Amino acid sequence: MSSQIDVVVIDYGVGNILSITNALTTLGYDFVVSNKKEDITRAQALILPGVGAFNEAMQNLQQLNLIELLREEVLLKEKPLLGICLGMQVLAEESEENGIHRGLGLIPGRVIKLEGDDVVRIPHVGWNDVVAWKNSPLFLNMERSPHFYFDHSYHFICDRTIVAGTTLHGQEIVAAVQKGNIFGVQFHPEKSQNNGLRLYRNFFNYIKNYHPQHVKETNHS
Amino acid sequence: MLKKRIIANLVVRDGIVVQSIGFERYLPVGKPEVAVEFLNAWGIDEIIIADINAGIERRIPDLQMISSISKKCFVPVTVAGGIKSIEMMRELIRCGADKIAINTAAVEHPSLISEGAEVFGSQCIVVSIDVRKNSEGKYEVFSRGGRRPTGLNPVEFAQTCEQLGAGEIIINSIDRDGSRKGYDLSLVASVSDAVSIPVIALGGAGHPRHFVDALTTGKATAAAAGNFFHFCEQSVVLTKEFLTRNQVNVRHDTYAQYADFLFDGGGRIQRRSDDELQGLRFKFLPKESI
Repeated sequence: MSSQIDVVVIDYGVGNILSITNALTTLGYDFVVSNKKEDITRAQALILPGVGAFNEAMQNLQQLNLIELLREEVLLKEKPLLGICLGMQVLAEESEENGIHRGLGLIPGRVIKLEGDDVVRIPHVGWNDVVAWKNSPLFLNMERSPHFYFDHSYHFICDRTIVAGTTLHGQEIVAAVQKGNIFGVQFHPEKSQNNGLRLYRNFFNYIKNYHPQHVKETNHS
Repeated sequence: MLKKRIIANLVVRDGIVVQSIGFERYLPVGKPEVAVEFLNAWGIDEIIIADINAGIERRIPDLQMISSISKKCFVPVTVAGGIKSIEMMRELIRCGADKIAINTAAVEHPSLISEGAEVFGSQCIVVSIDVRKNSEGKYEVFSRGGRRPTGLNPVEFAQTCEQLGAGEIIINSIDRDGSRKGYDLSLVASVSDAVSIPVIALGGAGHPRHFVDALTTGKATAAAAGNFFHFCEQSVVLTKEFLTRNQVNVRHDTYAQYADFLFDGGGRIQRRSDDELQGLRFKFLPKESI
């Protein structure tokens, strides 16, 4: 297998694509920015960016016919996927942002509004320490509680077994999730200086050594 | 715990970063790309780029500049300057802006705040409020780059913006702009108390102590400065070191350590004593004789 990794950064109209591609270019990785079916089916791994509102994001994915395609690529073909901020939230089953909307349903979970008070201001904006919960491949080679840049008003609720990292802002907030080959981070690694670049490097290292389960099984039989 | 943010506010006029004094006088500083590269290396938490010509010339902020800046910037960038439509916002985000700050448009077409929040999310829409004391000595919101009085009370206006879906408020004191006298703490505190979204203090920073004041007495969640960061090497690192010593929780991301430095009255690092510097030298060997 060639050492070149074909990663597709999915362009669906609401993402901060340029920030992500700048980070990947700085690290020297190969990638393609696309929303075309042929690119996505050919890719070894996917990055789903996101800045914006949940409903708008899902509508754009629907219009580009990406919903079923992503389910197939990620669930059946078990391609690694990294969802960033809103890109992580759309992995959930549903969100209550501006009314109830269905998500991609790749990870069992819901997206609900953050509750603030006199001290805790919402949106949750700024740098916060993330506690990595399990030996997630994303948080390798980092200090014990690395800081990342957050900017969101809704948060991900899911089963504790798929939580990969948390942070504190009035309450415990899910900062990162992992379910097999599916990753999501609530913060913006492309805006988190050195720690963020480390996280992208970790994701690419993970892809390099990754073999889908079902391919392994067929090899054994 | 969420850390307090230190933000650089770059005022850009005719394509170069300028020092702004009282919204009237402007002194050139340098190229935006260079300023951003340095600030990024010194561990700034966020950068605001205000293209102050854009509003007057009725155009979008310089897209070329934004995209070349975003290549060197791994912290969030907020873009401001004459933005008055969803299309303009979309274009800027496409060029690498992470957040959009609106000022005059928020006063003249408040519905743009809610429209923007609906499309891009509240976290993307920042309302920048320029305030000056009017002839009666009361705080008043000014639009059009500080030229047009609006009759609005800053506290009430900030609350309106929050209700419409703004994600953050920048509160800028025109009277303190470029004065180096410190932030207008009573103004910042009154707005911070009135809203539950993050508030960024701007205008007047001239000493690291001013940042401490804005983030404690002023109750701001972030403090921004423009001129203050331009004229001192490692200014961001030094400011953050000063904040840490004053029990303000900030982020340190550079390898440079300033923990053993002393500050002078002006907030600059003190020169180390001759004895100490002598001790740092390699051992002095007289010319070797054979």
